[in-house]
Amino acid sequence: MTEPGHIGAPLTRLDGRLKVTGQAKFTAEVPIDHLAYAVMIQSTIGAGRITRIDAREAEAADGVLAIITADNAMPLPEKGRAAFSPPAGRMLSLLQDYDVHYNGQPIGVAVADSFEQARYAASLVRYEYEAAPIDVDMEASLAKSYPYTRKILGRDPASTCRGDVSAALRQAAARLDVVYRTPVETHNPIEPHATIAMWEGDRLTVYDSTQFVYGVRRVLAKTLGISEEAVRVVSRFTGGAFGSKGAAWSHVPLAAMAAKHVGRPVKLVLTRRQMFGPVGARPHTVQHFEIAGGRDGQLTAMRHVTTSSTSKIEEWLEPSTLATRMLYRCDNQETSQHLVRLNTGTPTFNRAPGEASGTFALESAMDELAARLDIDPFELRLRNYAEEDPEEHKPWSSKSLRECYRVAAERFGWAKRPPNPRSMRDGDWLIGWGMATATYPMKRMPASAIARMTPDGLVEIRAATHEIGTGTITIMQQIAADALDLPIERVRFTHGDTDLPQNPISAGSMTATSTGSAVLVAARELREKLRQLGFDNPATARVTEAVEVRSESKPGKEREQYSMHAFGALFVEVAVDAELGMVRVRRAAGAYSGGRILNPKTARSQIIGGIVYGIGAALLEDTHIDRRSGRYVNAELDEYHLPVNADVPEIDVSFVEEDDPHVNPLGVKGLGEIGMTGVAGAIANAVYHATGVRVRDLPITLDKLL
Amino acid sequence: MYPFQFESAASEQDAIALLGANPDARFLAGGTTLVDLMKHDVERPARVVDINQLSLTTVEEIDGGGLRIGAMVRNSDLANHPLVRERYPVLSQALLAGASPQLRNMATTGGNLLQRARCQYFRDVANACNKREPGSGCSALHGINRIHAVLGTSEQCIATHPSDMAVALAALDAIVRVRGAGGERTIPLVDFHLMPHDRPDRETRLEHGELIVSVDVPPLPFAKRSLYIKVRDRASYAFTLASAAVALDVRDGVIRAARIALGGVATKPWRVPDAESALENTSADGAAFGRAAELALSGAVAREHNAFKIELAKRTLIRALTRAAAIA
Ligand SMILES: Cc1cc2nc3c(=O)[nH]c(=O)nc-3n(C[C@H](O)[C@H](O)[C@H](O)COP(=O)(O)OP(=O)(O)OC[C@H]3O[C@@H](n4cnc5c(N)ncnc54)[C@H](O)[C@@H]3O)c2cc1C
Ligand code: SF4
Repeated sequence: MTEPGHIGAPLTRLDGRLKVTGQAKFTAEVPIDHLAYAVMIQSTIGAGRITRIDAREAEAADGVLAIITADNAMPLPEKGRAAFSPPAGRMLSLLQDYDVHYNGQPIGVAVADSFEQARYAASLVRYEYEAAPIDVDMEASLAKSYPYTRKILGRDPASTCRGDVSAALRQAAARLDVVYRTPVETHNPIEPHATIAMWEGDRLTVYDSTQFVYGVRRVLAKTLGISEEAVRVVSRFTGGAFGSKGAAWSHVPLAAMAAKHVGRPVKLVLTRRQMFGPVGARPHTVQHFEIAGGRDGQLTAMRHVTTSSTSKIEEWLEPSTLATRMLYRCDNQETSQHLVRLNTGTPTFNRAPGEASGTFALESAMDELAARLDIDPFELRLRNYAEEDPEEHKPWSSKSLRECYRVAAERFGWAKRPPNPRSMRDGDWLIGWGMATATYPMKRMPASAIARMTPDGLVEIRAATHEIGTGTITIMQQIAADALDLPIERVRFTHGDTDLPQNPISAGSMTATSTGSAVLVAARELREKLRQLGFDNPATARVTEAVEVRSESKPGKEREQYSMHAFGALFVEVAVDAELGMVRVRRAAGAYSGGRILNPKTARSQIIGGIVYGIGAALLEDTHIDRRSGRYVNAELDEYHLPVNADVPEIDVSFVEEDDPHVNPLGVKGLGEIGMTGVAGAIANAVYHATGVRVRDLPITLDKLL
Repeated sequence: MYPFQFESAASEQDAIALLGANPDARFLAGGTTLVDLMKHDVERPARVVDINQLSLTTVEEIDGGGLRIGAMVRNSDLANHPLVRERYPVLSQALLAGASPQLRNMATTGGNLLQRARCQYFRDVANACNKREPGSGCSALHGINRIHAVLGTSEQCIATHPSDMAVALAALDAIVRVRGAGGERTIPLVDFHLMPHDRPDRETRLEHGELIVSVDVPPLPFAKRSLYIKVRDRASYAFTLASAAVALDVRDGVIRAARIALGGVATKPWRVPDAESALENTSADGAAFGRAAELALSGAVAREHNAFKIELAKRTLIRALTRAAAIA
């Protein structure tokens, strides 16, 4: 692809070759001289106090530089809490006191000349504790739940109420009153978290595997009591994140503290086991759902009460009710959110936080209601199609869900679905079809970019966003090349460094919407500046010295006027072994509308990745926490199951393109998370269609179907 | 990882001597169990003796149509060996149902027999575990025990033996040949592994300093009609929840002989002679298979999260017998 017209072209990822040939350097691979290795030490009780620490044997071991614990850690401003401001700044465990709030909490760091020596030393530090009783059992702790009252992510109300739900429930022709449950789902990107910290005098440089270099910088500066200007954070490639790397978790300041302590650059890489607890997870949800409808298939009432778990040290909410509020027309609706505090690590965003868990409940409930009303579940969605946002009573900036339904249903062949469960079979396998609606809000934050043309005719775009594996570098170059009418080879994108203009966290499906818009605006402004210099065509411009513009792009008042969301529809076929209960997803067809599709290839990868993630949530993922010790039990990939290739079927993805002038200058809505939404619901519905068994608690493992 | 001394053995005698000289030494074969557990501090050998130079890497025919499998034959090579595929499909299938291609390329026949429990409490040294530290208690007994055993357990340990290969070998009456300072001896595979009783740290009859040199599989003509069915949580690359290795000798619809072993549900590869004899001279039908399955699981004891395994194992066995009977 050398011709302009890059947007919309299925360009292969520009970083693909670097990655498959091992040339892309991830944080732990950055070569640094004189590096020391740190290993994080974790608590082995679920709550209580450390009463004694004996580090003598560890300190005497070969190659050991320091054992840092609450006994000798550098004191931090506000006991290490100065940076608290979610989502980037969290309640961390930075060795400022002896309290233990969960099993696996960071309680020390061993630093040595080699990784092996550090690891060995870590195992030699002796801790004595005074243990306190723990709460880790979600069901047993439900009685202690309390309503969440603050705004959700600073914007949405904690609870909503429209119409008269109780009256509508009483009068309904058909109603359902059930509880859905989702387990703690621990993100496991292929690259575990990693940080390298090095001091030069009072200046700190940190290489970090993160979704948010500016967030990490703020947390480090505030936590350590130094100025933000004294901290540089670099993150060239992040090997997957899914939300887990949106915050600067304890290991990041701990690496900086260790580097200061030993006077050498320090690398701290988490082990796979350490991914369970200290760096977030999707919390438990218990979702009480009441739904009712008339014989005509009109929804008359919904009540969705979600209780999710959080830690003892911080409130974090999984907003599972958000999608319920806007997805279908329903005049009488109540939603609310509640929390339970457990002795676990603090939860955090996990791909489509809220929408993924919430649409499992909502889309299952729609299916269950359809069965009670004897209406095709797809038809039930159509009859309750929301022509405007039913909660905020605003028009949609654009909505192509009807078209998504049509395309996906046709490609799947839904019209041939027999209405009754257990009516299709293939040998030992019962076959079932299920569907669900997918949805994710368009989110956007202020972003900035520099566009700079040098005398060699090349253009460099600079923005402190991140390549977390989604194809950001590729689409940013496409956007800039198009705006400048340049071949893509003449555009370079530089990212992942706080020396570059500030950009938001790469989360919430908002990198294309935010950074993409800033890049577009910067490229356009560069073009204008070149025109003023007499170069009408950037391709032939020969500037004598570098020409540079710096632009910002931020949301305006569009959110007050419009409700802005991406939508999609997913249809799946499952096979369930009639005697052995094994569930396999056989095929899936989805159609999605997310505004303009910048690159169908990377877009499709995002959707497929989301659906695979959803298969994991539906059938496999479940973090087991021992109720006596609070310890993460299956904290390894052998028993924390994620889908392998053999679990992933043919996935047919279509896009319904939209021309949405309202959302942002690029007209994009973001596709990083919508693929994950609706998947668990569609699979649970298909399992019901195959077997007649309704599973309301994820994951749908075979023991639930025997 | 604890510091250790590394030695490479040039010969079998050398290996045996290097190991015997140090009570905390371990052989290193494919390393897929040993190195993994060393990283978790579960295994803390003072000396590691590499046996990858030994020439125990062949599969040879022995008298009457049996096979002698060298201890260092890799799981991939064994699974794809033409004679194994032809004479003992159950063994090939069991191997291919285990782990992943990369692991099977490393894993060896001897190492596979000696792989250790997958119990998560065993693998995390922060927990009490009688297998790791005798007398410290069993965290799984009243903990999360969905993957644990229902057969052959004790109050001291309920971990399953995780090998798929060993289940097939148990059904095939394989013999383990071992060599120590005092010479060679043989141990029938069904006796090779020990049930936990009150010493779950004692897992096999192998003595310290003994090297497995081969596994012999005797001839069994009707093993051509053998197969392995494995049930797991995902389509591939997961340990067994329940499995069945079966071989049937069916003539004119009547079962003349049967070999049955179960995996994923027991503390050792679980041969079920009662179920086998119940099938002999009966017609190969669902009723007979159902009776055999009841007998096979008759002693099962469920814990909090693994009761489903009892029913699952029965159904898995019935499925395996039904399929085996249908093989022409
Ligand atoms: C992620 C994962 C998934 C897996 N999934 C499965 C599965 O689904 N099914 C399954 O059956 N297995 C599975 N395995 C286990 C795998 O099959 C075993 O790890 C492997 O077979 C061990 O063989 P090895 O040669 O690597 O043994 P090593 O790790 O080298 O050795 C294991 C033990 O045996 C001893 N030893 C080795 N050879 C000899 C010998 N000749 N004489 C005496 N002692 C010896 C060693 O000292 C050591 O104590 C899995 C393993 C992993 C890591
Ligand atoms: S089941 Fe066995 S291996 Fe697991 S904790 Fe108990 S004693 Fe240890």
